[in-house]
Amino acid sequence: MSEKRQQSEDKLLEKVTTTEYKYGFTTNIESDTIPKGLSEDVVRIISAKKNEPEWMLEYRLKAYRAWLEMEEPNWANINYTKPNYQEIIYYSAPKQKPVLDSLDDLDPEMKAMFDKLGISIGEQNKLANVAVDIVMDSVSVATSFKEKLGDLGIIFCPISDAIQDHPELVQKYLGSIVPARDNFFSALNAAVFSDGSFCYIPKGVKCPMELSTYFRINEAGTGQFERTLLIADEGSQVSYLEGCTAPMRDENQLHAAVVELIAMDDANIKYSTVQNWYPGNAEGVGGVFNFVTKRGICYKNAKISWTQVETGSAITWKYPSCILKGDNSIGEFFSVAVTNNMQQNDTGTKMIHLGKNTKSTIIAKGISAGKSEGNYRGLVRISKGATNSRNFSQCDSLLMGDKCGAHTFPYIEVKNNSSKVEHEATTSKIGEDQIFYCNQRGIGTEAAIALIVNGYCKDVLNQLPMEFAVEAQKLLEISLEGSVG
Amino acid sequence: MLKINNLKAGIEDNQILKGINLEIKAGEVHAIMGPNGSGKSTLASVIAGKEEYEVEGGEIDFEGQDLLDLTPEERAHKGVFLSFQYPVEIPGISVSNFIKTSINERRKAAGLESMPAKNLLKMLKEKMELLSIDKGYLSRNMNEGFSGGEKKRNEIFQMAMLEPKLAILDETDSGLDIDALRIVANGVNKLRTKDNATVVITHYQRLLDYIVPDFVHVLYKGRIVKSGGKELALELEQKGYDWITKEADKQWA
Ligand SMILES: Nc1ncnc2c1ncn2[C@@H]1O[C@H](COP(=O)(O)OP(=O)(O)OP(=O)(O)O)[C@@H](O)[C@H]1O
Ligand SMILES: [Mg+2]
Repeated sequence: MSEKRQQSEDKLLEKVTTTEYKYGFTTNIESDTIPKGLSEDVVRIISAKKNEPEWMLEYRLKAYRAWLEMEEPNWANINYTKPNYQEIIYYSAPKQKPVLDSLDDLDPEMKAMFDKLGISIGEQNKLANVAVDIVMDSVSVATSFKEKLGDLGIIFCPISDAIQDHPELVQKYLGSIVPARDNFFSALNAAVFSDGSFCYIPKGVKCPMELSTYFRINEAGTGQFERTLLIADEGSQVSYLEGCTAPMRDENQLHAAVVELIAMDDANIKYSTVQNWYPGNAEGVGGVFNFVTKRGICYKNAKISWTQVETGSAITWKYPSCILKGDNSIGEFFSVAVTNNMQQNDTGTKMIHLGKNTKSTIIAKGISAGKSEGNYRGLVRISKGATNSRNFSQCDSLLMGDKCGAHTFPYIEVKNNSSKVEHEATTSKIGEDQIFYCNQRGIGTEAAIALIVNGYCKDVLNQLPMEFAVEAQKLLEISLEGSVG
Repeated sequence: MLKINNLKAGIEDNQILKGINLEIKAGEVHAIMGPNGSGKSTLASVIAGKEEYEVEGGEIDFEGQDLLDLTPEERAHKGVFLSFQYPVEIPGISVSNFIKTSINERRKAAGLESMPAKNLLKMLKEKMELLSIDKGYLSRNMNEGFSGGEKKRNEIFQMAMLEPKLAILDETDSGLDIDALRIVANGVNKLRTKDNATVVITHYQRLLDYIVPDFVHVLYKGRIVKSGGKELALELEQKGYDWITKEADKQWA
């Protein structure tokens, strides 16, 4: 390598390490926080704080007891010091919980925070036609457009409200797709989750706007355990988006969420995530541990489409999945997962084909830069009864520099002869030739990388709702700033 | 316009260009010929600023400024264009998007606003006509799955859109069929003005029948060993390089 090239690499490397996480501020909002540590009492306190009915407390306690007997999983290709679960605060809520629908009375500090995050809960979203629910630390602080949606019979509210107001729905579906015992983190979540979004779309209703939840960890030392439950009744349609950010802190913060989707006959759910939790600094100090269980079930002719753009978190462990139970149902997974610096990512999907003529598509694009490690882990299981089913998987990895890694772990099980599974995988590097070609056409190196990365991710970004595709594109650029090798 | 003075460049310990001298004035067409591996593409890359090559000495004066002080994109902004011998694929980026980015980055560097979509479309249409390119082509991804000839035509299309001052065409003729060669060459000719200059690197007289050079240079082992008028190319076509290279080898021995 020439000296000049070495110098320019050093310069770029320096730039990566000094590129700051844009959302890393903290906000001084008075909060109501319980002492750290986890016990049956803590579970009871959380339940009591939320005035929960007895069945909910029982559900939590059962989950807690199950969790005690479980072990933190080791199989993912990630290395981290396991959190000390007694050092985590399990409940923290901003003291002032604004009255829903009167967002003008919001704590000015909180309002300023949302402005900084680029989320406006008022007029702008009305124009953009997006209804927003905001979950900060442990509670949902604001939900917009409740009434307008209510006119159509759509319920979109914090899950803690749903437990009070729609217990029959929550009780029926909570944990029906991701049982508490499913895994270590889902058990933990079931025991201590404090908020998240609940959504119900009635039969035949096409939700007229994007539904969106914005998650923010603010308080130091707190874990965030949100719970999302989305039910699309027969023939209904909904597009839902979640975004996440966190302050820059030197300690690792734990995020263990559970998302359950239910798509009844002929329903269609599109679930998009732009995950930008704090990734830690260039040396790997701090950052969010992101352990998430997301799963949906499709009944007859239903469709669930997961789209994720994952740029944040120090550790990501996440496999949004589809159970294709009904005949002719469709599952899709579109993912861009970026790792830079010391980030580690083990993400992918599971497509479980049970019904006949079921179809699934997996497009997973990994981008690794710095010293990071990106892993795709995916399972396609076509059961005996799922005759004439199809899966197409494409898993691509793009490497930037030679200190990062990318690995693909596809698991394929096909139990009948009439089904067909196709798997394609590629690994590529952003070539110096590509960059020089762009440079020669007047496109600087940063812009060239952005262009090449966008091209590489196009099939996934195209799946995002328009408003968010642009945001996601910018996010990719920021995450990869200066990471040429 | 361009004055190259005793340019030496190479990779690691391997010096490829061993003292190139070349002067090109506005309005001129220069052809550079020479055996495989003589350093033609290297010269083009060094002028365009490919970092892989270490410049060990000399200057490349372009309109009063040493190009060697500039990044590749700055050189492009000043009007240097290279039609690559092996154009690179950029998956997922459409031809129109790429060209738009390229034009607007250059305008940005000049302190100009992005080109209004209307003007851009008009220009795209004009240049597509000039090079007989059909419409569907704009939405194809940059060079992805392009045939050899299509890639070359795409290079000249970009040149037409960017209107460079100095265009270096590195074996643009190879891969083009007979009709395409005529169309592309005519396009290049139409883009010529008294203010811009063209360097064509080629192995064949055929292209020079269309794009008639004012000067022909023979590059051999990193040096220009012979220069002449357009008749030199005809002579090379008949006699090959032997008579020149033997002479040069004798001199260097
Ligand atoms: N990146 C590189 N790494 C190693 N050697 C190189 C590199 N680029 C060029 N060379 C060497 O330098 C010499 C000149 O190569 P160059 O591509 O400039 O030749 P050329 O005159 O364009 O040949 P052709 O007519 O075949 O296109 C060759 O011997 C080649 O192998
Ligand atoms: Mg060459």
